[in-house]
Amino acid sequence: MNDVNDKYIIVKNLKKYFNTKRGRLHAVDDVSFEIKKGETLGLVGESGCGKSTLGRCLIRLLDSTSGEVLLKNKDNDSYVDVTKVSASEMKALRKRVQIVFQDPYSCLNPRLSVWELIAEPLIVNNIYAKSADMRRRIRELMDTVGLAERLENSYPHELDGGRRQRIGIARSLALNPEFIVLDEPVSALDVCIQAQILNLLNSLQKEFNYTYVFISHNLSVVRHVSDRIAVMYLGQIVELCEYQDLFKSPLHPYTQALLSAIPLAKLDVKRERIILEGDVPSPIEPPNACRFAGRCRYACDKCRQGAPELKEHEPGHFVACYRAGELNN
Amino acid sequence: MSENNNNNLMLDIKDLTIHYETDSGVVHAVEGLNLQLGHGETLGLVGETGAGKTTTALGVMRLIPNPPGKIKSGEIIFNGENLLDKSEADMRKIRGGKIAMIFQDPMTSLNPVMTVDKQIAEMIKLHRNVSESEALKLAGDMLELVGIRRERAKDYPHQFSGGMKQRVVIAIALACDPELLIADEPTTALDVTIQAQVLELMKELKTKFSASMILITHDLGIVADICDKVAIMYAGRVVEYADKRSLYSNPIHPYTNGLFKSVPSIDEDVDELPVIPGLMPDPMDLPKGCAFHPRCALAMNICSQEQPKMCDFGNGHCAACHVMAKRYEL
Repeated sequence: MNDVNDKYIIVKNLKKYFNTKRGRLHAVDDVSFEIKKGETLGLVGESGCGKSTLGRCLIRLLDSTSGEVLLKNKDNDSYVDVTKVSASEMKALRKRVQIVFQDPYSCLNPRLSVWELIAEPLIVNNIYAKSADMRRRIRELMDTVGLAERLENSYPHELDGGRRQRIGIARSLALNPEFIVLDEPVSALDVCIQAQILNLLNSLQKEFNYTYVFISHNLSVVRHVSDRIAVMYLGQIVELCEYQDLFKSPLHPYTQALLSAIPLAKLDVKRERIILEGDVPSPIEPPNACRFAGRCRYACDKCRQGAPELKEHEPGHFVACYRAGELNN
Repeated sequence: MSENNNNNLMLDIKDLTIHYETDSGVVHAVEGLNLQLGHGETLGLVGETGAGKTTTALGVMRLIPNPPGKIKSGEIIFNGENLLDKSEADMRKIRGGKIAMIFQDPMTSLNPVMTVDKQIAEMIKLHRNVSESEALKLAGDMLELVGIRRERAKDYPHQFSGGMKQRVVIAIALACDPELLIADEPTTALDVTIQAQVLELMKELKTKFSASMILITHDLGIVADICDKVAIMYAGRVVEYADKRSLYSNPIHPYTNGLFKSVPSIDEDVDELPVIPGLMPDPMDLPKGCAFHPRCALAMNICSQEQPKMCDFGNGHCAACHVMAKRYEL
């Protein structure tokens, strides 16, 4: 993580379009960024901004329309393009890239017990020849994620959301992955349970040096877990920087509005609340302009005529806004 | 809390107990709950899933599904009258008229095959003696009040976004000028920028209609934003009740403290979030004594024996905790 040149994942011009009756829906539109080994990249944005689609494209649960997702090979400095490998190569890659889904109520097969759920990835990939070895591994995984041994014969419906999410995490860890996409892993949970799961994810990362992409709409949660944060709006990354910079000096007007809209559990905090007008526009055939321009209080003619690129405004602080410089001075 | 200012209370819930009697056992959803709300006040009802917040609200509306739900005991005094003694016909006049409710999910609380102005007019016609055309005109006024253009009155719910739908729901709730508004997680299903819009609107309208409000939420940030009083619920009971300022500056109950600490902060770095160990107790099998004692770091012997009483820790800041009562020598 300290090595600046250690680019573990390189995403280049990634696009994912869906064909709909009313035209092409630009779910992820020309997104480029890099992730370092052992880092947590937070991905925030509102519903429909494409953060989950992006997460899925990263590990090829969805085929991208165009672009590259380069994942560094284990033994050498070469990269493999996740979006272009064959199905059999992808199956091998799946051991290295995993996902934890949002809803612990619907992502587990209700007819499998905890034991069977955790064993599933091990069986599918033929990891263990001896059942005793597999048994040891399952026990170990349950221990790692904090599931008591007595629960091994329980079914998902008997467990609460927090425990279910632990099963989801155990499943994704089963194959010793390097890279895990966490798609809103705590948003279905109460704050107390949420804190328990966040601590677990944190300690796992410290122990195994996992690389995370943490997708969430909750900015305080993202701040807590991330090293760097990317803010998405309508399929594009509008700002990307170190987590502290994002909260201290947000450059994009959308980020500023987003931050000001978080209700704080504190009194006497005076801050200007920027209330955005209207709703997020449709992602179907968006015009070639800044996508935030319609709701932006700083928008000028230039913003409506062409889309700004994501540029490095300050070292390590990327923003896609024509007026980013002037607004902050 | 004292006897003599009871007349100023809009809502006084005394010792309310609501059970769900299921085949596998009795769910103690609300147990001996006490709650007061003054005129013009906004009360935040905070707690985790299963704490009994929604059941309390449904109890006030007398909308507990029966069976399996049953109000076992207690009184709900609304403007001096016990709602539990009212006939079903009287209740129907009160619901939507004097007490209105905003439900959590705007996607499911609107009728998908009815234009929004008709849905608002339906409410107005039920409670006021007006003609169809007048009701529709008033419905249009309500829509404008919540920030929806009159031209959209003939649209169906699916033509609106989530935030707009919640505005329609708010318009329905306020259509008959209620004295008490119960909002059950009104913004949980919305994105944060839309949530900010809706909260701003609710604050504005609450003042305009001079209504009292009970806001059910799990988000302490929303409470800080719009409430005057806060009640923290745990396992069917109110464990702490105070003025917002007093509660946020000096939370007394160990559960309240834990709740505050487990929310990641927006401006401070912590390596590990302090957590409350364990889980909410099973409402079918509540622990003896204080329901929080198995998870409480401060628990003493008495906590597992006796239900703690609500004590006043000064200036109406009440909490139900043996340990804290002892510490404050109450």
